Amino acid sequence: MLEARGLVKSFGKIAAVRDVSFSARDGQITGLLGPNGAGKSTTLRMLYTVLTPDAGDAFVDGKSVAADPLAARRAIGVLSHGAGVYGNLTARENIAYFGELHGLSREERGARAAELIEMLEMQPFADRLAKGYSQGQKLKTALARALVHRPRNVLLDEPTNGLDVMAVRNLRKLLGQLRDAGHCVLFSSHVMQEVDQLCDEVVVINGGKVVAAGALADIRAMSANSQLEDAFVGLMHDDGGEGQ
Amino acid sequence: MSLRGIWAVFRKEFRENLRDKRTLLSALVFGPVISPILVAGLVQFSISHAETQSDENIVVAVTHSENAPNLIDYLSARGVDIVKVELDETAARSAVMTQTHKIILEIPADFGARLQEGQPAPVVLYSDSSRGFERRGVGRVRALVSNYGIEIAQLRFLARGIDPISVLPISVQEIDVSTPSGRSALVLNMMTYLVLLSMLFGGLYLAIDATAGERERGSLEMLLTSPVPREHLIYGKIAAAGAYMLISLVLTVAMFAVAMSFVGLEQLGITANLGPAAAAQMVACCAPLILFGSAYLTIISAFAKTYREAQTYLQLVITVPTLPLIFAGLLGLQPKLSLMFVPFLSQHLLMTTVVRAEEIEPLHMMVSVGSTLIYGAILTYIAGRLYRREALLG
Repeated sequence: MLEARGLVKSFGKIAAVRDVSFSARDGQITGLLGPNGAGKSTTLRMLYTVLTPDAGDAFVDGKSVAADPLAARRAIGVLSHGAGVYGNLTARENIAYFGELHGLSREERGARAAELIEMLEMQPFADRLAKGYSQGQKLKTALARALVHRPRNVLLDEPTNGLDVMAVRNLRKLLGQLRDAGHCVLFSSHVMQEVDQLCDEVVVINGGKVVAAGALADIRAMSANSQLEDAFVGLMHDDGGEGQ
Repeated sequence: MSLRGIWAVFRKEFRENLRDKRTLLSALVFGPVISPILVAGLVQFSISHAETQSDENIVVAVTHSENAPNLIDYLSARGVDIVKVELDETAARSAVMTQTHKIILEIPADFGARLQEGQPAPVVLYSDSSRGFERRGVGRVRALVSNYGIEIAQLRFLARGIDPISVLPISVQEIDVSTPSGRSALVLNMMTYLVLLSMLFGGLYLAIDATAGERERGSLEMLLTSPVPREHLIYGKIAAAGAYMLISLVLTVAMFAVAMSFVGLEQLGITANLGPAAAAQMVACCAPLILFGSAYLTIISAFAKTYREAQTYLQLVITVPTLPLIFAGLLGLQPKLSLMFVPFLSQHLLMTTVVRAEEIEPLHMMVSVGSTLIYGAILTYIAGRLYRREALLG
């Protein structure tokens, strides 16, 4: 369960996030939808404790990211934007390293790495150095790394960027599995079709504010046309088009 | 507070960089292998050159030697090889410039006649003073010719019933102590300088890779979402860079000890003290500097946005701590208590003491180790604070 309450964040004079509140429930995939520069990444980065909010707070399973970031971090798995992997380590070592940072014993992290490698079908490249990986292989490695400690909540920042169709399809399947296992999945995207195909709930952000939130069907219903894209464009327009 | 995170980061950075050619080359090859060979080679060159200069006969080309047969005999009897040539002034000048002959002595036709009349008899000595190696040879020829003149003068005084001693009111005794000690100071300075520089270089690429490199690859953000306090992440990285510095330090000192054993240091007036015990002492003098050095490099590269930017900063910045050594060399600084508070300088002075086979003052060692460790701890703390800032993400 992830919850944002009145999040505000500025970088110098630029107000990236003005007022963002929403919640993402367990057993659901929540999409953070908005154009480039809307404040999606900044919102996620506050949720995963890398940035401290100027005002407001966010909660991971009820734990405040401002007051107890370490406790919040234990309960989240993060795939940051353009998540890099360590090129001189193999995928297995990349995963085990994060297991170790999360306090797993040698046996635990070995077993967990093997489990994730099988689940994400990474066997063909899991023991090669990561510097020769394709984009899709890197993403799988980063994703496995994010899941090594079995986090209840999974946050992904634009996870499909730079992936081919097959890789996107795999990712979609995996996020579905996580939802079915009861995880809270939150991901950001500016691609309509992805949100349309994957999400149960949508939070639409523009100009650093939440302009609409609810079940996918409700968002569609806000537009006379049942296409999400039209609803989206309509929402952006109502907001004065601050985010490009 | 649990140190598990520091250990995990340390092990991962150490292992990952073991597979990185650049880190390995700079930690294990550039400093430890190349610099000792370079220094040993230079020393060997200057020794062998000094030897040939004092032992070998000087070759002098003499034009019109028939004008001064006695002078020529005098010179040949004193280690000068005479080559008889026939050259006019222009030809002599160009012969020296083209190094056909390095030194030419021209004896004018009226040399003998003037000598007999008791008039100053001129000789002309051609040489090229821009060729440093020839200067000493010219000096020897000049001294020999003027000694020959003095001997003639003494004979003349004797013939006139005057004691020749009375016309030599002052006798200068020249004792040159500068050459051996000056040269050994240069060698020692160069060696300690390279040991310290090589140590820093050992951790250079790891420091860059662990900070600016990690950010550039986009893995930093995920690292920061792990439940390890941020300062622990940077402590682990500093420790890993320090481990490479230690390896580099030990290897460099060991290689210096090996390389210098092939060089006849005693001929330079250095009592060579580079055995295993001295090497161990040198490592002990420098080891406290590792924390300082790796925290220093890590802080600088944490400010850089990209790997390349960090590389540019560091190549410049890495020489800054070694500046006191250059002053020490220029000023001929000797170990004293106040200088033991200066990092790098104190290590340089202590290492020099060890190599000279002199006793290290225990108080000096304590102050050097203590103050250097304190500076290192302060820098490490600053690095930890830096890693807690959001601006780190760039």
